[in-house]
Amino acid sequence: MQAHRDTAENAIEVENLVTHYGDTMILKGVSLNVRSGEIMVIMGGSGSGKSTLLRYLLALNRPTSGRIRLLGHDITRMDELQMYPLRKEIGVAFQGGALIRSMTVGENVQLPLREHTRLDDQTIEIMARMKLEVVNLSHAEQMMPSELSGGMLKRAALARAVVMDPRLLFLDEPSAGLDPVVAAELDELILHLRDAMNMTVVVVTHELESAFKIADRITVLDKGEILISDRVEAVRNSDNARLQDLFNRRPRNDVIDKDEYLKFLTTGDRTP
Amino acid sequence: MRMFIERVGRASVNGVIEFGYVVMLLVESLKWILLGYKRRQPVHLSAVAREIVLIGVLAVPIVSVLSFAVGTMLAIQTIHTLKTFGQEGFVVDAVALAVTREFSPLIVGILVAGRSGSAITARIGTMHESQEIDALRVIGINPVRYLGAPVLLAMMIAVPCLAILGDLMGIVGSGLYTSLELGMSMDTYLEKTLNALVWDDLRQGLIKSTVFGMIIAMISVSNGFQVGSGAEGVGRSTTRSVVLAISFIVLADMIFTFYLTH
Repeated sequence: MQAHRDTAENAIEVENLVTHYGDTMILKGVSLNVRSGEIMVIMGGSGSGKSTLLRYLLALNRPTSGRIRLLGHDITRMDELQMYPLRKEIGVAFQGGALIRSMTVGENVQLPLREHTRLDDQTIEIMARMKLEVVNLSHAEQMMPSELSGGMLKRAALARAVVMDPRLLFLDEPSAGLDPVVAAELDELILHLRDAMNMTVVVVTHELESAFKIADRITVLDKGEILISDRVEAVRNSDNARLQDLFNRRPRNDVIDKDEYLKFLTTGDRTP
Repeated sequence: MRMFIERVGRASVNGVIEFGYVVMLLVESLKWILLGYKRRQPVHLSAVAREIVLIGVLAVPIVSVLSFAVGTMLAIQTIHTLKTFGQEGFVVDAVALAVTREFSPLIVGILVAGRSGSAITARIGTMHESQEIDALRVIGINPVRYLGAPVLLAMMIAVPCLAILGDLMGIVGSGLYTSLELGMSMDTYLEKTLNALVWDDLRQGLIKSTVFGMIIAMISVSNGFQVGSGAEGVGRSTTRSVVLAISFIVLADMIFTFYLTH
């Protein structure tokens, strides 16, 4: 597979991504670059399309149109077998952890190694234990996922995501639903992992504080479009009204057309 | 009226789509079973063994009891019917054929559909709900290979084995009742059974139960993968999986019996 010429600079390139869920357009032409070694935080309210964007970046769904390049490979044109080698370079921690519940925490962390390497059992166990150590979970190796708390699940998922030392790390809501102390620790951990292993990290979150703390750059999505994609300071100081609503926790005050609203109430039709 | 036709139309289209999905799933599972090693992404034998234990070994007691009861029931009915003609002695042949060709595969099929089909749908459905299937995919583990193929292979092995067990227990049940009712010794009964049965009778039962196993595997796995959202979705898919599997087993049984006896 030929490497794209921008590979050295951009780990992820999204061009004009359009996606549908049924007949509804979710992402309306999203373009985005993530540079190698940076932490990009993707933000947005509920229904902004940020979780959808993540699914497409992970090649879990096929877009309607547009292009996504991960490490120089156009994943929108690759089938599963072609994706297989690239999967080794990508680590993902899902929102609820998504640990396989029939396996212990240790076995979960070992899973990618067993799938992609021919290492012997003992080496695999040692490597998995080292990653569990990094996330402070070495004591939980023999526990089942159902015995873990929410924060532990997220950390275990992080350990599984980084066990192959991936070049790209995707984190879905890593600190959502955690108490502030644990959330702060997790932020530290993400920064530490990036510095130690020089990964490119994409974090999807709606936690402002965490976003400002860990991000190099922030992309804000709103209703399937990118509002802004810039360095933290620029995003923070932007005078875009929607951004300020989001940052200052103001309810959105969309202007409602009287006649349109009446039509919606009587017919259920939202189109103007 | 128009709404009714519209609904029938939509249901038919969905049915065809789903049938296509199940066939595709079957082809893909078989592909992984046959080509997995070559692609260096094998279907793990440990997973197949685990499924065989869940589907087959753990079902041994219940299959034994039910087949024994069905065999006894068949003997009671057959002796009762044959008495009118004064031909009670033929009960041995009648039960031997009915059990091996028909009842044992059918009872085992329905039992496994209810017992394991529902469990498989529920397991895969909850995995889907908690993003475990997405997690497998991003690690590079094809869910059909990891979850579907082992179930298919295990069903194709375990269900015929259970059917053979059902054959034995059914004949033993019938034999015990017959020896009490007609005063025939158990040895004579078994000897007459062996004389009555030909290889083709057993073969019919085995082919049927293998196909039943495949039907249960594909219906339970596909319903698991296509589960709707929430706990309610898992429940609905589980029920659907059992009802569909049993219905298709009975239908397939009818078709098979027609072709295999002609």
